[in-house]
Amino acid sequence: MAAKTDYWDILTGPLIRQNPVTLQILGICSALAVTTSLATALTMSVALTIVLTLAAGIVSVIRRHIPDTIRLIVQIVIVASLVIVIDQVLQAYFAEISRALSVYVGLITTNCLVLGRTEAYARHHRPLPAMVDAFGNGFGYSVILILLGGIREFFGNGALFGVPVLPLADEGGWFTPLSLMLLAPSAFFLLGLLVWALRSLRPEQVEAPEHTPPARAEPAE
Amino acid sequence: MTDLWALFLNAAFVDNMPLILFLGLCTFLALSRRPEAALGLGVAMTCVLGVTVPLNQIIYQTLLAPGAWAWLGLPELDLSYLSLIAFIGVIAAAVQLLEMLLDRFLPAVHAAFGVFLPLLTVQCAILAGSLFMVERSYTLAQSAVFGLGSGVGFAIAVVMLSAIRNRLAYADMPAGLRGLGIAFVLTGLMSLGFSSFAQMAATQ
Repeated sequence: MAAKTDYWDILTGPLIRQNPVTLQILGICSALAVTTSLATALTMSVALTIVLTLAAGIVSVIRRHIPDTIRLIVQIVIVASLVIVIDQVLQAYFAEISRALSVYVGLITTNCLVLGRTEAYARHHRPLPAMVDAFGNGFGYSVILILLGGIREFFGNGALFGVPVLPLADEGGWFTPLSLMLLAPSAFFLLGLLVWALRSLRPEQVEAPEHTPPARAEPAE
Repeated sequence: MTDLWALFLNAAFVDNMPLILFLGLCTFLALSRRPEAALGLGVAMTCVLGVTVPLNQIIYQTLLAPGAWAWLGLPELDLSYLSLIAFIGVIAAAVQLLEMLLDRFLPAVHAAFGVFLPLLTVQCAILAGSLFMVERSYTLAQSAVFGLGSGVGFAIAVVMLSAIRNRLAYADMPAGLRGLGIAFVLTGLMSLGFSSFAQMAATQ
């Protein structure tokens, strides 16, 4: 049963303990841009998780055949092909959401999370653990995205998934939407506060203080 | 001429890549601890964006755009779905070429760039520059100006953030906020400031 607990560990590790977004600063670009509503956040999470899992599987299968010197190019081409497929599927079946996501679906190609996992994990492991690890990381990323998307849509529009939850002031209710929540700065603030909250709960993630002064700050004499 | 200048200002300030469009944040946060590193990154970004966006514009217009093969009797051929792979290839090649040229002719500059140049191949802001170029169908001159402007905007933002973080190295803040947490809050504040540039676009 040792192997099973092992997989469980690989799968759940990235959720909070090793979360790719809040701890490793990977894949933030897309995480912030698409979280103005829950629907786009969810679509992005699903797209990224699929690409990541498949890419990890493919890279892992051919890991012995990739020459070391051109491995980055090979990995990028694999990821880019998968992203093109996802992009075409989204355009065909979810045209509205695809328009809302604009270039950010294409940017999954250069999402550091995807390349980081294929480079750091899938390249050295058998296909099954590689795909489990990729799925876990995709899931950890999705949790943060859905949390941010939910908070921003709830307070910015008083709605979830486009369905009104709070009665808006314009329509005779009491809730005045916080339009700041839909603008860029709020995403940074929310993620900053989220990191703070996570690190207060799990002090082992706190970064070491920078006591050493930078080299050029030394006195001239 | 004034149109191009307006486009430059727009790319640098109104649509600032890291602060307003959330592009290139990974390197933006990871390399903004020291101003020297931030400046190197900013200059490298400007060079690479200024080269790759016009290059991709030429390739897109001559090879990939719908109807680009009409002169061969294939007016219905639409290869635009291949643009993602083509752009990534061009960016990787351009970065490699730039690195070799700098190493050969300007070794001092090459040493100053250090490790940043190869990293830029997988930088989302660089790829996004080319994707925006397609989405907004820029001409060659416009795309060159747009690339340079975005690069300058990125450089300004990353140098400013690194200066603030350098100051905060000695600040006594809650342990959980140290490092990444405060960097996000700072970026949010800077983003708040840069959103006021949106008025500039509205009034010009």
